[in-house]
Amino acid sequence: MEKLITAYTYIGEGKVFANKRLIFYQEKIATFAEFIKALYKQEQIAYPKFYKMDSLSKLGFMCAELLLRYENPGIFKPGSLAVVLANSSSSLDTDLLHQESIRNRSAYFPSPSVFVYTLANIVIGEICIRHGLKGENAFLVSEKFNPSTLKDYVSEILDNHRAEACICGWVEILGNNFKAVMALVENESTATWINGFKPMPFTEASLNEIIKVN
Amino acid sequence: MPSRIFVTGLGFISGLGNNAQENLNSLLNLRSGIGRIRHIETSLRDELLVSEVRMASEELSCLAGVPSTEAYSRNTLLGIIAAKEAYRHASLGDHPGLRTGLISGTTVGGMDQCEKYYQDFLFNDSKNAFIDIYDCADSTEKIADHLGLKGFMTTISTACSSAANSIMFAARLMKAGKLDCAVAGGTESLTKFHLNGFNALKILDKQLCRPFDAGRNGINLGEGAAYLILETEEANEKTGNRVICELAGYGNACEAFHQTASSPDGTGAYLAMKKALEMSGKTPDAVDYINAHGTGTDNNDLSEGRAIENLFTGKIPWVSSTKPFTGHMTSAAGSAEAIISILGLVHGIVWPNMNFSNQMPELKFRPVTEMIRGANLNLVMSNSFGFGGNDSSLIFKKYGVH
Amino acid sequence: MDELINKLKKEVITQLNLEDISEDDINPDSPLFGEGLGLDSIDALELIVLLEKNYGIKIEDPKDGKKIFHSIRTMAEYITEHQKKA
Repeated sequence: MEKLITAYTYIGEGKVFANKRLIFYQEKIATFAEFIKALYKQEQIAYPKFYKMDSLSKLGFMCAELLLRYENPGIFKPGSLAVVLANSSSSLDTDLLHQESIRNRSAYFPSPSVFVYTLANIVIGEICIRHGLKGENAFLVSEKFNPSTLKDYVSEILDNHRAEACICGWVEILGNNFKAVMALVENESTATWINGFKPMPFTEASLNEIIKVN
Repeated sequence: MPSRIFVTGLGFISGLGNNAQENLNSLLNLRSGIGRIRHIETSLRDELLVSEVRMASEELSCLAGVPSTEAYSRNTLLGIIAAKEAYRHASLGDHPGLRTGLISGTTVGGMDQCEKYYQDFLFNDSKNAFIDIYDCADSTEKIADHLGLKGFMTTISTACSSAANSIMFAARLMKAGKLDCAVAGGTESLTKFHLNGFNALKILDKQLCRPFDAGRNGINLGEGAAYLILETEEANEKTGNRVICELAGYGNACEAFHQTASSPDGTGAYLAMKKALEMSGKTPDAVDYINAHGTGTDNNDLSEGRAIENLFTGKIPWVSSTKPFTGHMTSAAGSAEAIISILGLVHGIVWPNMNFSNQMPELKFRPVTEMIRGANLNLVMSNSFGFGGNDSSLIFKKYGVH
Repeated sequence: MDELINKLKKEVITQLNLEDISEDDINPDSPLFGEGLGLDSIDALELIVLLEKNYGIKIEDPKDGKKIFHSIRTMAEYITEHQKKA
């Protein structure tokens, strides 16, 4: 079955693209926290829980938010949208915070809200909570962006009808270095997209193209 | 396309014993592995009860056949010991023509050694080898090396459902024609990192854990490793291995409720069990026993209990949590409890839910509290639910039964 | 007491990352959980950490939190009472 990328979003190098449009830009990024807060504010999202998330979840949350709310508001049954994300640093950014809080006996205050984020797949959980998605999901960790694994994994889900569509992407952050890209992948026969967007074939080449700065 | 997946080997190390037979003996004698902390260095040593593997890491090195001078995490050592046992049990090494993969669940990875040498990394280069073993995949690679496996391998980290997901993923790869056989399961050693983390969430019981009891007050953590050998029916014709049982169904669902908590009505648990049951082609009344996730927290047992009541609307099968035996083995819990369920299935035993005294007022059913021997078991279910609302359920079927 | 209440408001906002909420938005008598600020079980645990870190008060059973963290005022009262004892 042919599959199409019917929308994608990109966050990296201070730029945010929704499909091919540049929607946000900060030339000098002081910290990731400030950058992502400014993006959240600009998009006027009202979801106070956002502020409680760790950095990886904030990054993934914003990327998915733009993808699903603005770039392809197609009607998906929540059970029929799968999520497959990947990165190279797993949840290390937050693991380090937790480690800091337990290393010193005299200042020993492990934070429950930090600990709950010391798993990479929690970012998927946050996206699913936000959009009510109950389909299957996976978070893959690999040294480098690996379009071939992503393509195989997502294709297998769609070919076996375990989901009607799948969010597929890369969400990487360590300190102030970050990059996120997400694509919405659908079977060609049932695909929908917004006016003006030209769907791309779901191939390794397309994945390699959208992860570069547009 | 292969349609049937057989279990032909088991390997298991936990606080109950260093191999599957020792684990079975402890279960039969109602011997719990839970007690005071002996090995892990932590300020919580006198406060918490855990189920530790009895041997110190140096002794485990010996058992695993690894020189104790090399950089190995406790996690990896446990994994090697259990995976080797399973691999030898099914003597898969004698069939080089078959594509055998390794799918291993772990979430702490090489954390225990990194905690030990964290300060040294800055000032003492001699410990730098331990930096390389930090990530979770390192343990999988080392296990593969020790088994001599050179094919597909991957690591699954979805917290407490990791090992169940490994079994499920392995089965999918086999059904998709990518593998003929697989070593699938998980390994997890206790570390300061997750001991402190769970403690910060205030979900560790300082007394023995009491799953499904009205007065339950949390988890006792445990450690260990457990692996299953899976073969497709076609591969099994070549190996001629004795079939222990069949993996008849599996299901995973995302609960989409909270980072760590389960929803009060157990939607995720319900969906996972339902999917697994549908795949097995059976109706709820065909399930004889459920090895529950049953952690002993307020939240899990209520949520899982309700999900069980919602799915099994007729007669509720025998239900028990075996975590009072093994402690909560987190990333290894899924395969450890799969093996405990399989041992019950094969020997006709329903394991008791120890430490239970008071019925939960919210639930209609109560867990099995006395061991039942000579039970006619054909279909058993094993549940594993993880942080992130990642819920999985596995179903094993007696071999030769339709 | 008012001084402690104002200090607590600031601390709660920081500890729980309530970025869009100002001190004036919090009524010291309104419930913190449920409808009020939309806090959840993890926030309750963070408040336990706050009491221990900033006031040296240890709460062993998280179930006690329900009463203590009902509102900013009940928190302030609990702190006053327990610091006297120490």
